Amino acid sequence: MAAQPSDTLATLKTESETLKTKLEEERAKLHDVELHQVAEKTEALGQFVMKTRRTLKGHGNKVLCLDWCKDKRRIVSSSQDGKVIVWDAFTTNKEHAVTMPCTWVMACAYAPSGCAVACGGLDNKCSVYPLSLDKNENLAAKKKSVAMHTNYLSACCFTNSDMQILTSSGDGTCALWDVESGQMLQSFHGHAADVLCLDLAPSETGNTFVSGGCDKKSCVWDMRTGQCVQSFETHESDINSVRYYPSGDAFASGSDDATCRLYDLRADREVAIYSKESIIFGASSVDFSLSGRLLFGGYNDYTINVWDVLKGTRVSILFGHENRVSTLRVSPDGTAFCSGSWDHTLRIWA
Amino acid sequence: MTINTLSQDGVQRQQMPCLTKMERMIISMQDPDMGIKLRNQRLLITVIPHAMTGLDIVEWLIKKCSISDEEALHVGQLFVKYGYIYPLKEPRNLILKADDSSYRFQTPYYWMSTRWPASELDYAIYLAKKNIRKQGELIEYEKECYNALHKRINHTWDFVVMQAREQLRASKQRRKGDRIVLECQEQAYWLVNRPPVSPEHYKLTTLTKNTIIEHNRISLARNRVKSSICLESYVKYCEQYQPHDPIMQGCLPSNPWITDDIMFWNMNSETVALPTKLRVERWSFSFMELLNDQMGRKEFLTYLEKEFSAENLCFWQACEDVRHGETAKIPEKVDEVYKQFLAPGASRWVNIDSKTMEKTLEGLKRPHRFVLDDAQMHIYFLMKKDSYPRYLKSELYKNLLARAIVPQETKKSVFPFMRRQRHSSPSPALATQTAEDDGKAKYSNSNSGTASRL
Repeated sequence: MAAQPSDTLATLKTESETLKTKLEEERAKLHDVELHQVAEKTEALGQFVMKTRRTLKGHGNKVLCLDWCKDKRRIVSSSQDGKVIVWDAFTTNKEHAVTMPCTWVMACAYAPSGCAVACGGLDNKCSVYPLSLDKNENLAAKKKSVAMHTNYLSACCFTNSDMQILTSSGDGTCALWDVESGQMLQSFHGHAADVLCLDLAPSETGNTFVSGGCDKKSCVWDMRTGQCVQSFETHESDINSVRYYPSGDAFASGSDDATCRLYDLRADREVAIYSKESIIFGASSVDFSLSGRLLFGGYNDYTINVWDVLKGTRVSILFGHENRVSTLRVSPDGTAFCSGSWDHTLRIWA
Repeated sequence: MTINTLSQDGVQRQQMPCLTKMERMIISMQDPDMGIKLRNQRLLITVIPHAMTGLDIVEWLIKKCSISDEEALHVGQLFVKYGYIYPLKEPRNLILKADDSSYRFQTPYYWMSTRWPASELDYAIYLAKKNIRKQGELIEYEKECYNALHKRINHTWDFVVMQAREQLRASKQRRKGDRIVLECQEQAYWLVNRPPVSPEHYKLTTLTKNTIIEHNRISLARNRVKSSICLESYVKYCEQYQPHDPIMQGCLPSNPWITDDIMFWNMNSETVALPTKLRVERWSFSFMELLNDQMGRKEFLTYLEKEFSAENLCFWQACEDVRHGETAKIPEKVDEVYKQFLAPGASRWVNIDSKTMEKTLEGLKRPHRFVLDDAQMHIYFLMKKDSYPRYLKSELYKNLLARAIVPQETKKSVFPFMRRQRHSSPSPALATQTAEDDGKAKYSNSNSGTASRL
């Protein structure tokens, strides 16, 4: 039976809507308690004092991204002027500097071995630079182009080894690449707009990752098959950052709608919203403390808000940056976290 | 946040959702009953109606949002920065002062959400008006903009000057008070919005409705867990890890970032002779914690050797290496694994159930990255369910736990203003030098590309 094109689109639209409503009903059926209720018996957190312990100065323009090295003290950061700098954050010394051929280097990542860094941005590529300690060596000479997208690179991260990189892009896709050959191993399609962020799951089987995009959706992907296995659409605006809860059973997201939200993967639903009336500007980046009790959020109004993940309350607000906080990561051993800002600096807080 | 301005169906995206939130708050600030009390303010010799003080704004915010002075000043500052409130005395200084300085609400006509981006033409007319009204009244950057605009839109310059003269004539006919208010509003608007470069538009591909429907159907069929069970697990996890969270509970001997003393890192390094108690305790939280710590992995291997099942861990590590290694080396690596662990009569044969073994051997004919996944999973869960719990009860583990160190808290320095020397550490990048000489260095048996030994 041949159907009219307009009928098909209309019927598809209604079918899509009905399924969506049914899905929300199913999700709600098993929601028998709220997180803050379960957390009532947990002790409240006392006064919170965190200060800037180091300020890393050296970027000539907005800092856009940062990543920690597994040695717990080194950091790589990238900025709008195309510079990628590797710091020993403890001494605040700069150890390496690379000038990228493009501006707006929005993504950078440290390799697990500590021997290389990956970065990319408006050049639509992700390149890997091996770090050499030879002062005379030009790092840019040994650069390896790995990923190629059709729009800007928004985030990148190494998987469990130096040999594979996961990327997300403004072209609406994510992809997994083999570093040595530059070959695409898997691509992930499903977002309806730019993908802005991603994070690898710390699970035992290490096969999934989550991404967030401008379509207000966050998606969980199977790295082997390229399928989207779960998706959540409760934010009201672009999702700028996603980060797994340390156990891997949940993840948090920060969005332009000025809220951070927690999603549980087994319950398959949003389980907490972290928001306050006085917080008007979007959250650009989020990360958990080691135990998962605290959620740190960097915001576009220059502040960092610290949330009690279980009770849902805001524990502290940190002032210091003189422009947007664009990136934030907790150190690998949880002793501190680093924030990067459009004010050209990075700050270590502990 | 992105540079794309159109959504998938070609509709203009809502930009800056923070503006809607700000406007909602501005509206409640102007509520006749619950809002800020407005009065007449004296500005030189003129009386400006409907004005308020900086202190009024801060106090209202403190009450409405239950926040501190510092935060209220910070939030109020944003309203001034984005042009919803403007100062009367020093208009060029877009700062909120929590004293009796006067401020006014900007008229919705000039709100960022209604008039964004600011048009070049309007700006040209504004600058022309200023120029005509009083020669030399334009300040430096305005002069530059004026000249640049004059060049860029030269073809409509007659229109610009005509409009400017017309608007000046109309304003002369207004009452002085109204005229000053309108001038303030306009000036405030332009101080906030100098016209930006127009963004490029990107067309996005649309996602078919069918894929979304398919995805939703699969989601409906998913098995879900009750919230109470899921949420309870977070409480337990946070509780269990709290003593290990340096930001929550501090760390012994001290947090290196606070005291500049790196003892904490030295005591927890991979090559330390005796580990700390917290570290050894953590291995008992989950099998993954044990394996993720190089020292834990070594200890576990020692235990397995005693039990004659060390091949399980070695097999698992070799599989990890295949999964995360170079694509080009996969066939040779898989072959090695087969020879060492799976072939009948292999030196380190692993005990996999026949079904999995059959499936794996079949897959080996066309080796790919995930061909060993099933076998690896089987061995992983075997270790997790059997060897791991027994290791935790073993003498080897209990002994180590008893001997493990509890560091002394670093005594506060007698001279608190003396800063400790911050020593640098050897860079992990040194490994590239040695690795280049010995190509196997990166992929030794106990590493899967994690931080190499120096």
